[in-house]
Amino acid sequence: METIKLTIDNQVVEVPKGTTIYKAAKQLEIDIPVLCYMDLKALGIEHKPGGCRICSVEVEGRRNLAPSCSTEATEGMVVKTHSMRVMNARKTVMELILSDHPKDCLVCAKSGNCDLQDLSVKLGIRDIPNQDIAEMSTYRKDFSPSIIRELDKCIMCRRCETMCNQVQSVGALSAVNRGFQAVVAPAFEMDLEHSTCTYCGQCVAVCPTGALTEHDHTNKLIEDLANPAKTVVVQTAPAVRAALGEEFGMEAGTLVTGQMVTALRQLGFDYVFDTDWAADLTIMEEGTELLDRLTRHLNGDKDVKLPILTSCCPGWVNFFEQQFTDLLDIPSSARSPQQMFGAIAKTYFADQIKKKREDMVVVSIMPCLAKKYECQRDEFKVDGNPDVDYSISTRELAALIKRANMDLKKMPQSDFDNPLGESTGAGVIFGATGGVIEAAVRTAYEVYTKKKLAKVDFEQIRGMEGIRSAEVDLDGFTLKIGIAHGLGNARKLLEDVRAGKSEYHAIEIMACPGGCIGGGGQPLHHGDLSVLKKRTEAIYREDAGKPIRKSHENPYITKIYEEFLGKPMSEKAHHLLHTHYTDKSKKIIYLK
Amino acid sequence: MSEYKIHALVCSGTGCRASESDMVVENLKTEIAKQGLSDFAQVVKTGCFGFCEKGPIVKLIPDNTFYTQVKPADAREIVEEHIVKGRKVERLLYTDPDSKEAVNDSKSMNFYKKQIRIALRNCGVINPENIDEYIARDGYEALGKVLSEMTPEGAIKIIMDSGLRGRGGGGFPTGLKWEITRKEVNEQKYVVCNADEGDPGAFMDRSILEGDPHTVLEAMAINGYCTGASKGLIYIRAEYPLAIERLKIAIEQAREYGLLGERILGSNFNFDVELRYGAGAFVCGEETALIHSMEGLRGEPTLKPPFPSVEGYLKKPTNVNNVETYANIPVIFNKGAAWFASIGTEKSKGTKVFALAGKVNNVGLIEVPMGITLREVIFEIGGGIKDGKKFKAVQTGGPSGGCLVEKDLDTPIDYDNLIAAGSMMGSGGMIIMDEDDCMVDVAKFFLDFTVEESCGKCAPCRVGNKRLYELLNKITDGKGEKADIDRLINLGSVIKDTSLCGLGQTSPNPVLSTIKNFRNEYDAHVLDKKCPAGVCKSLMVYEIVEENCVGCTACARACPVGAISGERKEVHKIDPTLCIKCGACEERCKFNAVIVK
Repeated sequence: METIKLTIDNQVVEVPKGTTIYKAAKQLEIDIPVLCYMDLKALGIEHKPGGCRICSVEVEGRRNLAPSCSTEATEGMVVKTHSMRVMNARKTVMELILSDHPKDCLVCAKSGNCDLQDLSVKLGIRDIPNQDIAEMSTYRKDFSPSIIRELDKCIMCRRCETMCNQVQSVGALSAVNRGFQAVVAPAFEMDLEHSTCTYCGQCVAVCPTGALTEHDHTNKLIEDLANPAKTVVVQTAPAVRAALGEEFGMEAGTLVTGQMVTALRQLGFDYVFDTDWAADLTIMEEGTELLDRLTRHLNGDKDVKLPILTSCCPGWVNFFEQQFTDLLDIPSSARSPQQMFGAIAKTYFADQIKKKREDMVVVSIMPCLAKKYECQRDEFKVDGNPDVDYSISTRELAALIKRANMDLKKMPQSDFDNPLGESTGAGVIFGATGGVIEAAVRTAYEVYTKKKLAKVDFEQIRGMEGIRSAEVDLDGFTLKIGIAHGLGNARKLLEDVRAGKSEYHAIEIMACPGGCIGGGGQPLHHGDLSVLKKRTEAIYREDAGKPIRKSHENPYITKIYEEFLGKPMSEKAHHLLHTHYTDKSKKIIYLK
Repeated sequence: MSEYKIHALVCSGTGCRASESDMVVENLKTEIAKQGLSDFAQVVKTGCFGFCEKGPIVKLIPDNTFYTQVKPADAREIVEEHIVKGRKVERLLYTDPDSKEAVNDSKSMNFYKKQIRIALRNCGVINPENIDEYIARDGYEALGKVLSEMTPEGAIKIIMDSGLRGRGGGGFPTGLKWEITRKEVNEQKYVVCNADEGDPGAFMDRSILEGDPHTVLEAMAINGYCTGASKGLIYIRAEYPLAIERLKIAIEQAREYGLLGERILGSNFNFDVELRYGAGAFVCGEETALIHSMEGLRGEPTLKPPFPSVEGYLKKPTNVNNVETYANIPVIFNKGAAWFASIGTEKSKGTKVFALAGKVNNVGLIEVPMGITLREVIFEIGGGIKDGKKFKAVQTGGPSGGCLVEKDLDTPIDYDNLIAAGSMMGSGGMIIMDEDDCMVDVAKFFLDFTVEESCGKCAPCRVGNKRLYELLNKITDGKGEKADIDRLINLGSVIKDTSLCGLGQTSPNPVLSTIKNFRNEYDAHVLDKKCPAGVCKSLMVYEIVEENCVGCTACARACPVGAISGERKEVHKIDPTLCIKCGACEERCKFNAVIVK
């Protein structure tokens, strides 16, 4: 590889040709401050629009300062990262950015977790000159079920745009207007609700300020927990336990299942259950549907379409309901684990504890922002009463635990309640890309072949590559599986399906890169995707440690079919555990 | 053309058309026909003569009689007197502002004497909607020569030898740009014409496209041959409907004649041109922004490198030149690189087109050799300052150029000298200011434009220019503090130092250059709360001079806000807290009793 040598702050460094000044400086452990920059190594995307100009450095012989994030280092270049010219420019530019940013840090959702705030501290900003005469750009606040946009706080870093377009191919966000009024918004400055937004929350996950935040439900939750007339039931998604610890200073990938259960109990939840249990239930329904469709297809039934697509991810459901409306009959009709849980909690479980539906509050802890939208969908309500009342994100839970003066690190471990708390390893791996389909295969294999699986781990299905495929031998029949995470990758697989070029029998799709562990409601990774890898490892660690690792062997699943549901895809199961999809392309308002 | 004895050339540019020059054409034709002279005299709709101050223009060939401000009703007299009887219509002739005498022919006009018209050679001469007229003036000869006699390398060498530099503002050597694109190996390359002229008051490119569209097509084809591109795109503002219409006609005619399309002039070279419309964003004149706009993306610049010559439209090597640059190309091949290089200064060859505007007598479009001084341009070609006022400053380089002053007037105009003097060539806007102009207000005016036209991508330009503007506003509002001037200088310097593209890197220039040259005016605003030029309203105070006031009450009756009080036949008084400085009282007072301080 061709290399070049350059001098940065009087130190010589040798780097491959094509390296940016910023990365060359990193090699010397010189940390040039950045703001709009974001390196998504795992996705092969380096977001470097050169918009904020905070990373400007002085290059000898160059007329103006160079943005180090996007300027290629050249042979013999002499760079100064902290000359007074640079320091003055950096400070002045930061003052400019802050001069058009609200100063309500005290009540901002991002306070303490804000890149802009951190940078202001680092650059020692103490005053914003002429703020008294500075006009501020203002925009209408946008409240969607999942995401709140407060664009007064947008600094035009454009990270959200990269996530929405390049990674997710959703196309809801782009820069609009000119000059001082320029801001990132849906086309024609429509609300998110009327855009192609899927609520995947990837924009929120990378927003450096409080411009994009989740719709926070913690205050509502406190009210319900304080209300003695309510029985508050909580379910926690698999990916939460692999990330929650990060908010308490623990190493990424630390499993905190037991501590989390104790914390939830101490917060006052009446029953602490596990969405993993519902994931096992999902496998029973979805796996059965897969085998049913597969068998009929193999028997020559022309009405049966393959591949079957997983349907646990609400961001993904929103995506195909808007953008692939011609394929609405392909996804599995199985509801997501969150919704299966809610339906069972407010029927089967409510009967057991002799509570009325309206006296129960079912809350979910999710790594996801689209879940907030999902539980509001009309399909999942009975007489207006939702199966899941609301969903709070991993981040919101962490904040709530801290608010209650608890430290997860010091929390003793305890177990979930029963009957909706017992789960298998198959339920846990729902949290990582490939997990749902692996869980389905574990069950489908044994049901289809009527043989015991020799090896439960399907390594060929796992991994972080955006699009993967695997073949599983079902005793002579080769099941072809496709996996995509990130909606941009999903689009590629779907285009093939639409064109009739797809050879898969089943496809798992997760809207977020990495699956739920990389969800829009997880602790912010600030663009560092190595965190996702560690969370994934934690998920598989939890699976490996489980005594039971196949959904159909979960005794509480067996029990609910015996006592309540009958068999998978029974009429009752169909009523409570399945759904239908509608063409949502019309909700997007285009200018005529 | 030779059968006609008299040709009446009528300007049909946007400006003159707005003053009914189309009707002048129709009436001239009707009158000529009435006189039965249709075989003797013809009327030709041409492009712009440049002398827009006095449009519509009608020029009669062969004696170069130059009629100004011609109305449709004048057609009859022109035909009956001039064409039939050979007597000039005195009242329509141009009057020299100094000698007050009518000028008989255009060649004797100071406005034209020092001009050398290369890029504008056909403007005001040929009918832009007729390819034959272009061909009759050596049109497409250069293309033929290049295709039949030259290799791409050889042709590029001629451009390099000519010393031609980009006329869009940057001044990058054109031949070198072509060479870089040529060296790129790619099966598809593009040639782009930047016709997104956006400087306020500038219309160099529009005039060329309206007056001589074929020159651009010919040059683009030559460029395509030299760089290995088979496709040309003209990015033109949608606000230039006449230029678009004439380009469309020209493209159709060139295709008909086999001068665009496949196997041009029997060679193996294929080339065609398409139009792309811009929505009027100033920043889209920046070549990376222009390319993104053509690709259907948001028109905002990206960092260079990669340069468009390497990675441009649809990621293919793309040569972008501006209209005026292209307009020079055919002439360089026809007359030779040495001839072209003989015009101009050591490092800036050829001519430059400027749009003269502001407080100058002859507002219009001019083409002058590089090396001419600002004094010659303003006082000879421009005819000096309007109403005999005193020259104060000239802004070159458009809204992001800088103000030059008296001491700079004898500087020969070229790329490097203008930069050294604190301004720049830009695309050729030239706005002249006189003693009545307040320089703080002027800086505000230009900044207002860049604030509006910033794309908003980078923070220093998006927010910084806005803050600069607010500071200037504070000063003209009479609320300025001493530290504000230093703040302007620091902020302006940082915006220049850190902005992403040329727009932000130059937008503080009007502020910085006016502070440099007119610091005393800034100080007067800030320290004495006075606007020396009497422009900034907030700094004006209307007062009544006791000894002049007769108590007629006229001023009080004229005041729209009731700020003037006083009994009949007694001295009146203006309440400064109520006064809105509309000037109605001053206008109404017959006794010079109202004064402005």
